[in-house]
Amino acid sequence: MSSVPSRSQSRLAPQYGLRESLTRWFTDWGDVVVDAVTTLGDMAIFAGRMFVWLFTAKPCKGTILSNFYHVGVLSLPVVALTGTFIGMVLAVTSYSQFRAIGLESKLGAVINLSLVRELGPVLAATMLAGRVGIAMAAVLGTMRVTEQIDALISMGANPIHYLVVPRFLACILLIPALTVMADFMGIVGGYFYSVVMLGIDHYQYLNNSRQFVGGFDFFSGIFKSFFFGGTIAIVSCYRGFHCQAGAEGVGRAATAAFVFSFVMILGVDLMLNILIDAVYIALWPQGAKLF
Amino acid sequence: MDQIVNDVAAGRSTAKPLVELRAMTLQFAKQTILSNINLSIPRGQTVAVIGESGCGKTLLLKSVVGLIGPTSGAVLYDGVDIHSLGDVEMTRLRCKFGFVFQNAALFDSMTIGQNVAFPVVQHSLAGGRSIDRMVIEGLAEVGLPEIVLHKRPSQLSGGMRKRVGIARALILHPELMLYDEPTTGLDPIMSDVINELILRTRMKGKVTSLIVTHDMRTARKVADRVVMLYPYSRLARGENQIIYDGPPEGLDTTKDKRVRQFVQGEAGERLMELQRTSLSGFDETPRLSDKYPA
Repeated sequence: MSSVPSRSQSRLAPQYGLRESLTRWFTDWGDVVVDAVTTLGDMAIFAGRMFVWLFTAKPCKGTILSNFYHVGVLSLPVVALTGTFIGMVLAVTSYSQFRAIGLESKLGAVINLSLVRELGPVLAATMLAGRVGIAMAAVLGTMRVTEQIDALISMGANPIHYLVVPRFLACILLIPALTVMADFMGIVGGYFYSVVMLGIDHYQYLNNSRQFVGGFDFFSGIFKSFFFGGTIAIVSCYRGFHCQAGAEGVGRAATAAFVFSFVMILGVDLMLNILIDAVYIALWPQGAKLF
Repeated sequence: MDQIVNDVAAGRSTAKPLVELRAMTLQFAKQTILSNINLSIPRGQTVAVIGESGCGKTLLLKSVVGLIGPTSGAVLYDGVDIHSLGDVEMTRLRCKFGFVFQNAALFDSMTIGQNVAFPVVQHSLAGGRSIDRMVIEGLAEVGLPEIVLHKRPSQLSGGMRKRVGIARALILHPELMLYDEPTTGLDPIMSDVINELILRTRMKGKVTSLIVTHDMRTARKVADRVVMLYPYSRLARGENQIIYDGPPEGLDTTKDKRVRQFVQGEAGERLMELQRTSLSGFDETPRLSDKYPA
């Protein structure tokens, strides 16, 4: 009714004209882009420093085994379980479509090829980012907030050498094992659902799998997993090291660690798949003939 | 004679200082926290840095140990600019420092024994049983029994954690001890225990100490010299940020009203400022019911 803005509006929601609103919109987006580029640059420097320590000094005693245990041993059950479900889900979702065109006997090839080339490595990496990456960011973030990282530095220890290198090694060396476990359990789950539940012929299922899934497919998945493990460790440790103060800061660092890791895993996956396909075509110009 | 005593107490001795801040300025996000700080601490002296919260005391302490680099100026340790040192030299130099953090900053993932042993293990200065002996002796020095060795930091009280922090900082027999609010959050008796420990450390090893504190009892009891920092944002143009630099006895007789008010714990103009702000802003301040409608 009144043209005079209310008291709360004048303080909390300033009114801008169209031109100023557009300028502000562009400025805000500019800030977002600059922040993103700066973060990527910072992360690259952080990774560079980590690699310098990795290749110039032995990892600190007593930090390796505990990290290997947390990353590898404790992740194994959850990776195995999710791997099994993914294999079964693939069988359920593919069966009706393959049956409609009379190709249900080829199901083994499709499930197993999808698992070893793509789903196994990505699934293991996603589980690792969720289970280990978040924990890494939260632990390092808490250490940052409670001045434990400052205490490390003040006692002459390098926090990247002491905290990041063992975590990086644990991720990069154990993710292939987790990927193999995800692949194996996915294959078992897919086989169980297809052969036992859906009644697909056991011989044909295995024969098609053997025919179309080769060593190259398996090792390309394992090759990708090294990059995923490295990405998770670097992103999570970086987020933890650059945590803002307080409980909210630690929470944000943990969330950002998972989101960034997941997005970067998919980005790295795309690039590696393009590279692997190029190598595959160079080695076997005819390409794969599934059907 | 009195002049000489005051000069020594105020760090104006002719001897080469162990720690020297030269025109040090520290800025964060374009905000100046410390400006043109000049401070020299002779070997063996205990200096207490006092001042309001947020005036940059902890940052000053962290810049001395190289945790934060100054925006301009220099921090010299025994004549060497520590921020020009490489990683290896800096690590070697940090063996000479002992830092007691405000909340002790003990490593949660380690036992008390592992925490205290950390600097020795990190620098591989001893092995096996001699580390155990050093740790037990270190804990005994701060009055903690062997039984705490296998406990986690979360199982100890605040005072015990502070003492473990002191034991950890002392284990390498540092030349320079830095204490960040060592008695904050402790009861008066435990505060006095910590003060005694600081004094004993100083007597025993001729340690130079820099103590950041709000606790005037600590400042009076352990310090040879007190330095008071004033928040940069409230300084008059061209005024020095160190508004008091002298013996603890001079704190009550100084002409500077701001120092006297701080020492006596009087809000003074700050209280009036607060009242003025709330009164002038009252008319335009939205009521809670406007902001958070039911």
